[in-house]
Amino acid sequence: MSLRVRRLTTPIMLLAVWEGTARAGVLAPDKLPPPSAVLEAAWRLSRDGTLGTSLLDSLQRAVLGLLIGGTLALVLGSVAGLLRAGDDLVDPTVQAARMLPHLGLVPLLIIWLGIGESLKVTLVALGAFFPIYLNTYAGIRDIDERLVEAARTCGLTWSERVRHVVLPGAMPSLFLGLRLAFAAGWLSLVVGEQVNGQSGLGFMMMEAREFSQTEVVVLGLLVYALLGLLSDLALRMGERRLLTWRRGLQAA
Amino acid sequence: MATRTASRLVEAARVRRSFGGTVVLDGVDLAIDRGEVVALLGASGSGKSTLLRILAGLDGEASGNVSVPASRAVVFQEHRLLPWKRVAANVTLGVRTKNAASRTAAALAEVGLADRGDAWPAELSGGQSQRVAIARALIRQPELLLLDEPFGALDALNRLKMQALFSRLRAVHEFAALLVTHDVDEAILLSDRLLVLDDGHIIESIDVDLDHPRAVDTPGFATLRRRLLTLLRVPAAPDEALS
Repeated sequence: MSLRVRRLTTPIMLLAVWEGTARAGVLAPDKLPPPSAVLEAAWRLSRDGTLGTSLLDSLQRAVLGLLIGGTLALVLGSVAGLLRAGDDLVDPTVQAARMLPHLGLVPLLIIWLGIGESLKVTLVALGAFFPIYLNTYAGIRDIDERLVEAARTCGLTWSERVRHVVLPGAMPSLFLGLRLAFAAGWLSLVVGEQVNGQSGLGFMMMEAREFSQTEVVVLGLLVYALLGLLSDLALRMGERRLLTWRRGLQAA
Repeated sequence: MATRTASRLVEAARVRRSFGGTVVLDGVDLAIDRGEVVALLGASGSGKSTLLRILAGLDGEASGNVSVPASRAVVFQEHRLLPWKRVAANVTLGVRTKNAASRTAAALAEVGLADRGDAWPAELSGGQSQRVAIARALIRQPELLLLDEPFGALDALNRLKMQALFSRLRAVHEFAALLVTHDVDEAILLSDRLLVLDDGHIIESIDVDLDHPRAVDTPGFATLRRRLLTLLRVPAAPDEALS
């Protein structure tokens, strides 16, 4: 039995048991419908466009939130990492703010922003901000000072040193931050979309719950998971392309 | 102004540097002529590297008068190549002339790595990496080469090869060099003058009048070696160990 087959055995068996027990009536259909029903719901909702629009709406929030939170985190992380004054002005405050569980801010954010789009985007941005900030900062701080010094003896100016030494050196850490940010972003989106919504995957799930369409709720969950998986894969591909130099390092 | 001959390249006077309360350099005077290779010896912690860093412009907190040429390059004990740049890009780093690519190729060829320009630093051996570091210094066509125990991290065989390479490059490029080393043999083999740093001062300057090419069995080598070891307060080794 090849490794691939062996690894697939358990999930396939679980699916089979799930399908079998659901059909045999051991699992109540309104608690957990069989996988076939979930697939059927996927097919139905894809055809009438519900799934597509919901997905697009959710994606839009995720991308917007990640962009806003990520950009802010990159800028502040770089300022704190590169400049001593920036470090003093930014880092202690961010480190303190990090202690607030950002999902716990939902009630306050509802008071400030209402329950519309800006609440959801803000939650994603907050979720993405901290991992990217922390890893940008740490990545810059952990640069080998000796390399910076060598670059100085080669006549590189401050901005050239940032470009050729600091940024590429901080890249691996930045990628780690991005992956954590994606995970936190999706989580924030899930939470945000359950607070009243008129569109998106979360809305689709909440609406289905009201009509006891459990298969649609399960489908929504699966789509969330798939989105997380795909974004992580994309990041890992980008990482492999941008960090080719590390392969030699690992082999050595 | 101190008197200054036309051939004088480096002039440092009353250089002082302390870390916390510890005075490491206590008024060091140093001069290096054009094309002259000077070895700087001293026990570890004697401030050899500190002095080199001051000449390299990497230490902003030293006092005293230091005059060094702008055209200088540094080779450190570790190669300090940027792992995310290929070998050729590492060599070219900071070179702003138009023919940078051909100069890089030439510099790599000179250190025997003409075909490794596309490699990542992580793919090189320790000796090869150090050769690239030397190529990175050479491409700048420095008047002054500052070497901080450049072969100290290499195995004995590689060290011998690198010493030969250094002599060859020196004959071609006629740079002046300050070679910080703890290897007495290396210092005698490669330099025109030996300086011994002790207790914050240069306590001895010895001209090396041995013929080139030198080897450890060159007449006069052993005598010089013994004299240096005494200055470095190393108990005299049995003479048999020298041959």
